[in-house]
Amino acid sequence: MKPDHQIITDIVHKGAHVLDLGCGNGELLSLLRQHKNALVQGIELDENQMHTCVENGLTVLQGDIETGLEDYPDQSFDYVILNQIMQEIKKADFVIQEALRIGHKIIVGFPNFAHLSARTTLFLQGRTPINEALPYYWFETPNIRFLTIWDFVDYCEKKNITIEQKYFLGKSGLIHFLPNLFAQNALFVLARP
Amino acid sequence: MKKNSLDIVHTQYFTFAEPPDTLQLKSGRRIGPVTLAYETYGKLNPAKSNAILVCHALSGDAHAAGIHKDDKTPGWWDDMIGPGKALDTRLYFVICSNVIGGCKGSTGPSSINPETGKPYALDFPLITIADMVEAERHLIDHLGIEKLLCVIGGSMGGMQALQWTSAYPGRLLSAIPIATALKHSPQQIAFNEVIRQSIMADPAWHKGYYYEHGQPENGLAVARMIGHITFMSDQSMEEKFSRKLKNDNLSFQFVDDFEVEGYLRYRGYNFVKRFDANSYLYITKAMDYLDLSGENFIPDIKKTTIRFLVISFKSDWLYPSHQSQEIVRLLKRKHAYTTYFDLISTYGHDAFLIEIDDETRLIKNFLANIEH
Repeated sequence: MKPDHQIITDIVHKGAHVLDLGCGNGELLSLLRQHKNALVQGIELDENQMHTCVENGLTVLQGDIETGLEDYPDQSFDYVILNQIMQEIKKADFVIQEALRIGHKIIVGFPNFAHLSARTTLFLQGRTPINEALPYYWFETPNIRFLTIWDFVDYCEKKNITIEQKYFLGKSGLIHFLPNLFAQNALFVLARP
Repeated sequence: MKKNSLDIVHTQYFTFAEPPDTLQLKSGRRIGPVTLAYETYGKLNPAKSNAILVCHALSGDAHAAGIHKDDKTPGWWDDMIGPGKALDTRLYFVICSNVIGGCKGSTGPSSINPETGKPYALDFPLITIADMVEAERHLIDHLGIEKLLCVIGGSMGGMQALQWTSAYPGRLLSAIPIATALKHSPQQIAFNEVIRQSIMADPAWHKGYYYEHGQPENGLAVARMIGHITFMSDQSMEEKFSRKLKNDNLSFQFVDDFEVEGYLRYRGYNFVKRFDANSYLYITKAMDYLDLSGENFIPDIKKTTIRFLVISFKSDWLYPSHQSQEIVRLLKRKHAYTTYFDLISTYGHDAFLIEIDDETRLIKNFLANIEH
């Protein structure tokens, strides 16, 4: 199991109602259903990935994340997941606020742009960083925003969002020391205060 | 006959609402007795939990799959129903009935009015999608089925599926509305009105009482031609006909020079042989009257457990994708777990009868995961 999937599967409680935004081929939702008996709904744009979801018995709807949340009533889900998707969406703040409205808690995972390797590539080589967490060249990347762990913490403070849990992932396991320097990915569990 | 097709199938008939217990219609009028023509494929399991109701579109009928004795053409959704197909008859008991108001064995304007001994014609009451579903519910009761595994249909069939979820949410586990809408837009009503006007403008229509004289052939043919234009897409017409001529040269006369004209005439005048003009009037009106928007959709229920698979097609301009997306929006408000696909197809509204591979893949997997 991928480390971020392992952490999310540990976080989600049994029988939870879960919405995964940009669920891809449904790998994470399948795990949550299998291990936590979760009731799962995905939103995805890619038709091929969606077919895989349906083949695996998942409920998925084709739609845009930015416009796809408004019809859900408040607190429709126990968890709304935004894993490795926030760097690709245009209205990140709006989507996070909407996710906090329709979910009791939201789980946000994103690559850390301030990771040591990214810093050195930019500083020493003068080139846009490419690493495991940011594997794309500038001309093919789906990422439209680049943020760091501290950027995200600042954002939560400014918007008065409660950070309930945070996890920092390196190449081989969790990072506890200087995460903004050594973590490639971060996972936050957020809630409204 | 195609591989994996069902064998010879038979149409059956179920009559109910015998006077004085006639069927109450939405219009306030009552009708009875009512006969429904229906076919079934596969076997009902002992728990009676594997039944799927297929609802047909405007010009469809109960003959959805297999072939009739002494006939070569299979049912209208034979590609989807049969052993190993999307609606796998080895697993499911599939039911399809002709709607009330129709002309393929169910009670409609061409049926004999028991009070006069003549066809009802325009004495037949206006019917609604809700009335169609009410009649289907009587049939499902008659078959001893408490809960349907699924109600599925395209176009007007999808409207019936949506009406089922709203009228009898406790009697189905899942619904598959395809290329359909909660209500007709003014554009859709307008097309239907032109269709009706073309029938009623034909002098042979005789204000609906034409059964002694024969069908208003020209009016009905033109009505169907309009329909066929709306079923296709700009692209599918370009691919099918382009500007190809039937003969090598332009005739400089008002004849069918272009292949597309020949196609429309062929389809239009062929339709006259198999469909009653008054049924076309009644059924298009029923479609126009449906309005399941807003609070009308699954009323009085905050959270529905019915599983939905909603499908639209990108090139369908008669029932555009945004109408299916409106269904999805309402389902979100009902906390429903929903699967929605806006499939790529160039076939326009006809896609629901043509895009068999994509539909099969989706529907098979969707149904396999409905616990029953």
